[in-house]
Amino acid sequence: MSWRLWLPLLLFSGFLGLAAYQLTQEKDQTIESRMVGNELPYFELPSAFEGEPAVNSAYFQQGGPKLLNIWASWCLPCIAEAPQLEALKEGGAEIVGVAIRDRPEDIERFLAQHGNPYSRIGRDDLSEVQLAIGSSGVPETFVVDGEGRIRYQHIGDVRASDVPLLLEELRKAGE
Amino acid sequence: MRLLAGLLMALAALPLAAQQTLPPAPYAYRQLEDPAQEAQAQELMETLRCLTCQSQSIADSDAPMAGDMRHQVRIRIAAGEEPEEIRSWLMERYGDYVSYEPVMSASTWPLFAIPLLLVLIAAAIFWRRFRKRA
Repeated sequence: MSWRLWLPLLLFSGFLGLAAYQLTQEKDQTIESRMVGNELPYFELPSAFEGEPAVNSAYFQQGGPKLLNIWASWCLPCIAEAPQLEALKEGGAEIVGVAIRDRPEDIERFLAQHGNPYSRIGRDDLSEVQLAIGSSGVPETFVVDGEGRIRYQHIGDVRASDVPLLLEELRKAGE
Repeated sequence: MRLLAGLLMALAALPLAAQQTLPPAPYAYRQLEDPAQEAQAQELMETLRCLTCQSQSIADSDAPMAGDMRHQVRIRIAAGEEPEEIRSWLMERYGDYVSYEPVMSASTWPLFAIPLLLVLIAAAIFWRRFRKRA
């Protein structure tokens, strides 16, 4: 019997092995933004609070580096993230909030319960800013330097261990 | 009666599950007036991937973010943008991931090359067999 007869079986088991291996591997579900390194696209969002100034891309081109936090009052991980944002603020970070598909009264209730680390909050009712900066979920945190360039993206809620990392990214963005 | 009560309770629980109380974007579920433009938008939406639900196009998904993406697609088409311009705008932000239209790249070329190679091998085997018989 020719050894070549075994070839298809060998190929097939190789394929099975590959599939089995891939199934046991952790799948990376995060979708990184390609906008890191690019300028923040132009946007203009109404403030979540009446009478307060709007949140726009121009605001990021003045002053030092800032954090842009994509969040929402309906988002559960955002509750877990709230104390860490507070820690970032205490560490000297200015945090600008972009609330995704949110109502002012819900935003107010959330901030009353979990604290308000934000200098300004804009309402992104149609996810326009979220799409424009390549964010695919809530919460996400972007480091934007003083010229309005996106320098770093953190996907998911900010944990205690991420706080020094984000402060370091802010410091680097300010150099 | 108990079943009815259960059903009613299940209905009452729905608004709690739907945490996002904001109505969907204007063009998330509304078609464009111009049928030709709507057809263009529909075709594009079927080949754009929903970012929060995975393995569904934005045309098929009821996720709020997919609705916001459909709104973007429709208002851009209505403003006269070409579907491929919108696709590349999204790909600039999310990479190949967002598009279901396959492109040949450094990582995907084997997908195109391997079937071609297999067809060639099969053809070679057949050719040898039939030549032997003749």
